[in-house]
Amino acid sequence: MIKVLAPGLFTTVQDTGRFGYRNKGVPVSGAMDSFSAVLANRLLNNDDGAALLEITMTGPELEFTAPTHIVITGARIRPAINQTLIPNNRVIRIHPSDVLSFGKPERGIRAYMAIKGGFGTPVVLKSRSLYFPVTAYDHLKKGQELGHEAFEGTVDELIEIKVNNDFLFGSSIPVYPGPEYDMLNAEEKEMLGRGFSVSTLNNRMAYQLEEQLPPNDYGIITSGTLPGTVQLTPSGRLIVLMKDCQTTGGYPRILQLSEQGICALAQKKYGDRIVFTMC
Amino acid sequence: MASAVEKYHISIIPFGPGAILVTWPPRIEEGILEDIILFGRVIADRLEKACEQVPAYHSLLLVFDEAVNTAEISDRLSGLYGSMDRKPLERRLWRIPVCYHPGFAPDMALLSERKGISPEEIVKRHTRATYTVYGIGFLPGFMYLGGLDESLVTPRRNEPRQKVSRGAVGIGGRQTGIYPQQSPGGWNIIGNSPVQLFDPLKKKPCPVGIADKVRFYEISREEHELLEIEVSAGVHKLKNEKWYD
Repeated sequence: MIKVLAPGLFTTVQDTGRFGYRNKGVPVSGAMDSFSAVLANRLLNNDDGAALLEITMTGPELEFTAPTHIVITGARIRPAINQTLIPNNRVIRIHPSDVLSFGKPERGIRAYMAIKGGFGTPVVLKSRSLYFPVTAYDHLKKGQELGHEAFEGTVDELIEIKVNNDFLFGSSIPVYPGPEYDMLNAEEKEMLGRGFSVSTLNNRMAYQLEEQLPPNDYGIITSGTLPGTVQLTPSGRLIVLMKDCQTTGGYPRILQLSEQGICALAQKKYGDRIVFTMC
Repeated sequence: MASAVEKYHISIIPFGPGAILVTWPPRIEEGILEDIILFGRVIADRLEKACEQVPAYHSLLLVFDEAVNTAEISDRLSGLYGSMDRKPLERRLWRIPVCYHPGFAPDMALLSERKGISPEEIVKRHTRATYTVYGIGFLPGFMYLGGLDESLVTPRRNEPRQKVSRGAVGIGGRQTGIYPQQSPGGWNIIGNSPVQLFDPLKKKPCPVGIADKVRFYEISREEHELLEIEVSAGVHKLKNEKWYD
């Protein structure tokens, strides 16, 4: 079991997502940076869909009560066991009463902590991903306890693994044209290539961008949306939908991020620059 | 009614590497909605690659669990649509209780004043219509209901509320609907329904489907209270029956 001594800014349990209920309006959810989440699980020989922690900006403080192994991937937020720094992308052996804590984010903002066998938190609609109101709460609270199986064996200890995840921290966001891309005029299309910065409104539901396109009257009849869909509002604002987004929307869908693009955007914070790059 | 036998010109386009969007003519009409649902069933039965479907108004979004050859699947979809058998669609009519008491209807007075229609008459017109579920989205279990009486069409509030109560019944433009959970929202609230339209702990969390029909019936405050107890005890069942065109 893990005791949450301090919850951090927004620490949530996620897996690959909740599939099969979009037609009832249920968001997909799942890890925002799926590349880092899957990597963490694979390093532990877990299933890709094992539940892990998504840690945002300010990490939690967690105390382990049972032996296990963990891996941290994604953002570098100075993770430490009993105050001794540990590297990302490496299997770490955990002993009872070890305490995991984090420091300042150095690169990216979302880190993932996978645990051998995955977390055994409740499954709701075939997924352990937290999303309120489908689940009763959406992020960890102080004093909470998270269940997992104790693990005393050994994972194939990979002393050093080289992970090329630079794409997560660069400004390039790969995109495809969205269904309404051709509603845009040449000038608007050109503006999309100029680069944008992330606004203060950024979370698991959506990232709004600071710079705007000219106001427009390109409304559409409500239709399906996806994580990674870039919507254009009448005032010219760009909203990039993320993993907890609504399943339908009434704004034109001008671009669609690739999964890699979603992962890279998930590592951006307020003020970070991004450039959409057509695939 | 022959609405489901008509054939439409549809467009099939990729929506990123792992999804395909099928679009019907941009009109809000029952025939199109039925065609979408029927095509969705053909896809579920006959398309080799499994996908999730998000039908809404005049489109059907197909979401695959990985990147796919969208050109190849689009051709296959085109063929399936061309050879589709059009059987009448079986649908259900859901009867949903609503309490229009002023305590549940913060926008009723303003609506009544603006329209020059008494609250009683608004309730009458809101309950006599048969609505069609054109989409489920925004929130888990939130139904976009079309078929609102012309005289009740009201734009969304300029300032959305930070908190709209669970069960609130609202009017937003030409649509009406129920907030299944407490949430921010911009629709004009004229009543409240005690029923549970989305229960994540049930195997089928939302019994209503797209293209189903909905009718509201008025209940008193006392009946609302009683139903709330039934709902929280898990013994309430939504009234529903087969719908015939």
